[in-house]
Amino acid sequence: MFDRRLAQNFDWLLLIIILLIVASGLMTLYSAARAGLETTQSFFFKQLLWYCLGIMVMISSFLIHFKRLDYYAYAGYFLCIILLVAVIFAGKYVAGARRWLVFGPITLQPSELAKLGVIVVLARYYSRSVTMDGLRLRDLILPALMTLVPFLLIAKQPDLGTAMMILLIAATMTVFAKIEKKALIAIMSIGLICIPMTWFLLKEYQKRRIMTFLEPDMDPLGAGYHILQSKIAIGSGMLSGKGFLKGTQNALSFLPEHHTDFIFSVLAEDWGFIGSAAVIFLFIFLITWCLNIAHNCKDQFGIFLVIGITALIGWEVFINIGMVMGLMPVVGIPLPFISYGGSAVITKMLCIGILMSISMRRFLFEQP
Amino acid sequence: MKIVNPLISFLSNQTPDSDWYKRRIVIFLCFVISGFLFLFIRLFYLQIIDGENLRRLSESNCIRLQNIDPPRGLIFDRNGQLLVDNRPSFDLSLVPRDAKPLDSTINYLAQYARISPLDVWEEIEKNRKQPSFRPILIKNNISRETLAVLEAKRFDLPGIFVDVRLRRLYVNGQSLAHILGYVGEISSAELKSEMYSGYRRADLVGKSGVEKSFESVLRGEIGGRQVEVNAAGRLVRVIRTVDASPGNNVFLSIDQNLQKSAEYLLSGIRGAVVAIEPSTGFILAMASSPTFDLNMFVDGFSQSQWQSLVSHPHHPLRNKAIQAEYPPASTYKLITAMAGLEEGLIDEKTTMVCPGFYKFADREYRCWKKVGHGPVNLEKAIAESCDVYFYQVGLRLGVDRLASYAKACGFGSATGVQLDQESKGLVPTSSWKKRRIGIPWQGGETLSVAIGQGYNLTTPLQLAVMISIFANGGSVLTPLIVKKIENASGETIKEFTPEIKGRLPVSNKNMEILRKSLWEVVNGRSGTARIAIIDGIDVSGKTGTAQVFSRKTETEREERRAEHLRSHALFVAYAPSVNPKIALSVIVEHGEQGSKAAAPIARELISTYLSVRSPDKN
Repeated sequence: MFDRRLAQNFDWLLLIIILLIVASGLMTLYSAARAGLETTQSFFFKQLLWYCLGIMVMISSFLIHFKRLDYYAYAGYFLCIILLVAVIFAGKYVAGARRWLVFGPITLQPSELAKLGVIVVLARYYSRSVTMDGLRLRDLILPALMTLVPFLLIAKQPDLGTAMMILLIAATMTVFAKIEKKALIAIMSIGLICIPMTWFLLKEYQKRRIMTFLEPDMDPLGAGYHILQSKIAIGSGMLSGKGFLKGTQNALSFLPEHHTDFIFSVLAEDWGFIGSAAVIFLFIFLITWCLNIAHNCKDQFGIFLVIGITALIGWEVFINIGMVMGLMPVVGIPLPFISYGGSAVITKMLCIGILMSISMRRFLFEQP
Repeated sequence: MKIVNPLISFLSNQTPDSDWYKRRIVIFLCFVISGFLFLFIRLFYLQIIDGENLRRLSESNCIRLQNIDPPRGLIFDRNGQLLVDNRPSFDLSLVPRDAKPLDSTINYLAQYARISPLDVWEEIEKNRKQPSFRPILIKNNISRETLAVLEAKRFDLPGIFVDVRLRRLYVNGQSLAHILGYVGEISSAELKSEMYSGYRRADLVGKSGVEKSFESVLRGEIGGRQVEVNAAGRLVRVIRTVDASPGNNVFLSIDQNLQKSAEYLLSGIRGAVVAIEPSTGFILAMASSPTFDLNMFVDGFSQSQWQSLVSHPHHPLRNKAIQAEYPPASTYKLITAMAGLEEGLIDEKTTMVCPGFYKFADREYRCWKKVGHGPVNLEKAIAESCDVYFYQVGLRLGVDRLASYAKACGFGSATGVQLDQESKGLVPTSSWKKRRIGIPWQGGETLSVAIGQGYNLTTPLQLAVMISIFANGGSVLTPLIVKKIENASGETIKEFTPEIKGRLPVSNKNMEILRKSLWEVVNGRSGTARIAIIDGIDVSGKTGTAQVFSRKTETEREERRAEHLRSHALFVAYAPSVNPKIALSVIVEHGEQGSKAAAPIARELISTYLSVRSPDKN
């Protein structure tokens, strides 16, 4: 059953890029975990454990033919929806939101998995409905629904960042599938009418929340202060950084969320421009390589799958790094492969496994 | 080249080929690269161009965040009398990062502020895990003299600060202690709970009473500022400020005069008083004795002080008015009578003979009056509180029908008053007993329940609500303790209006019979509460004597029993009998007889309240 050619076509380069990024992430996490309480010190080891598990997930997912995902797309999607509903009713409450499901010692963040669920289901749909003329408005109803359900469930937690991420991924895949000109004009005009209207319907405090979200300076005691400290941390790294484990902003706990959302600031402080530019370069390389996999893929479902996963990784990297440098709103988006987080690690390694599965089967046409 | 995929072969020839895909992928790549170029430029700007400046800022760590606490809302009584105020307190704190060299700074501090250096070290040790730029509270409420010394010697004391924080001042600390409640530092359990999202460590929150149940109203919004400080931690400039907005003021429905006399009348004895305006449900007074001093909680107290409060045998911290459960005793006969009338089992003419006992299942159930009441009709049965009459009404009704009337009066469930930790009381039913105790209901138990003993349990507030229903003619109201909420500039934000939960299932005719009987209790020739007669004011009510201990021998007299075995004295009343303005329940623990111990308190309160009110009545 197992084809020898599969092993020959294994995507070693993808593996090497990922291992390099993961290694720099673990190193940064070690540095970040050094500050503060005992609980944060265990993050490094927990993350190591998650990656062991993640690598197993990756291996088992590239052994499976990616076309199986096409078959199980809806089942997986509905599982994600059920988990998201469960979070709303039975989720663990932490700092103002319900985002986690607790199973004994493990806490799961279903919204991470839901991103992949949406990608797979949209890839299945677009691979069947794509035409060179572009999608008509009525072709877009079903994907819009499939995106909005998890979007609303996640926004309800509330986790605005992840909810927006789902929208961005879906939008990217849809644009890639091409939208008919008429439909595009229609969508834009609906958007232009609806957005100001909803703004008037919002309550004062909701408006304020969105404004501080877009403009952290309006919240000098919260997001604004965090961004300021993050910029100080990054800038103080200068060209060559303060050195591994030498970052002071992190050690003194001036940085918030230094092991999750703001981990790039820790990296930039320790390693300076040279180190942080290298990591950004690794990410660009990863994304380019992903697009190359799509380029070589001969299966429509596979292409859309790669585009979706690339959009997921690409947007998260872009928004997270933009955010910590003060270019973007402060949203709770972690940096893929680097930030701490079990569910994110497993989901991302699953994504990489799928990419490998597609890449190594680029010359094969047989059905699973 | 065409894509070979049987799944899409049914599609038209518009199906994209691989060149189409490749073109789109290349366009996407261009977008990605130009997007990430932005990140590079920004990174270059931050680390290379602005790097030196940011490195300097990071080395001095001079940009800090300071909280500005909002003044907590004040609490007034219904007439605008101030009950809870704020006062400034000078709090001494230390920032370990700035207080260098730590050793000598602490020694100087100990010398100037006359505190033990060991205590300071202990506080620092406790906060080891906090970031070193966060201030540690060393001592709160230092005197003005100490403050003057510290200000004069500030060059010896880098990293030492005195903050002015507002603390609670309970204008009369002993009064209303259970209702107002106290504030304290937020606990770690509270920090994690959903109710307190947005709170931070060391924030003060309401821990009991109105301070707790109206926390979100009283708190206000925390402000703060971003500041730049110098190496000694002193302020150089303020970068940004967000003002705190003060909390809202709460006006209780309590009448302070009535409350004070209730507390005075209860002093030295144990028990509770609840007075309600029967037409609205607003609580006029709620007292529980013994009580405690709220001001003890403001500056924190020693372990031994706390221990003595908590382990006090009479539980001063407990609000007996809503937390203690007592048998309703003979006050419950009103409900048995109502149920009998409504179910058509008795009417006002039904007469039974009381020989002093009732024989049921080979056992004699006694009436409180050993020689018996003779022939009694309903009015006399209530006025003289004949047990034998209600044993028989109870038996005809059965426990479950009786229970439904008790529940209609609000027994067995929380009244919904805006206070924390309210007890529900208990209305026994046959299914309840089967479920909880596992034994079927016994007929004899119905007899005890019919006269308010047995498993019956109610809180003083439930009793006051019950008598209010009879006072207002049948409306079941949610008792309210807060009348309105005003913002800091005096505009009314919310006015609480009476909440009618339902109507009692009783006809007007029967209601009148019951109200007449309640009048007879006080005013009838042989009524049990003649002691409550007030010149010029018609009072109606019902006495009760709740047995704590079942009488074993005939000869044993109440007075000779050990105090903790004596019966509780109960009295529920309203006045004036027509258009009542006040309804109340009084419970005196181990006060023996309702008529002797509880009714006089009610009489005093009614005359206090109505004589003060009389001028504006006309």
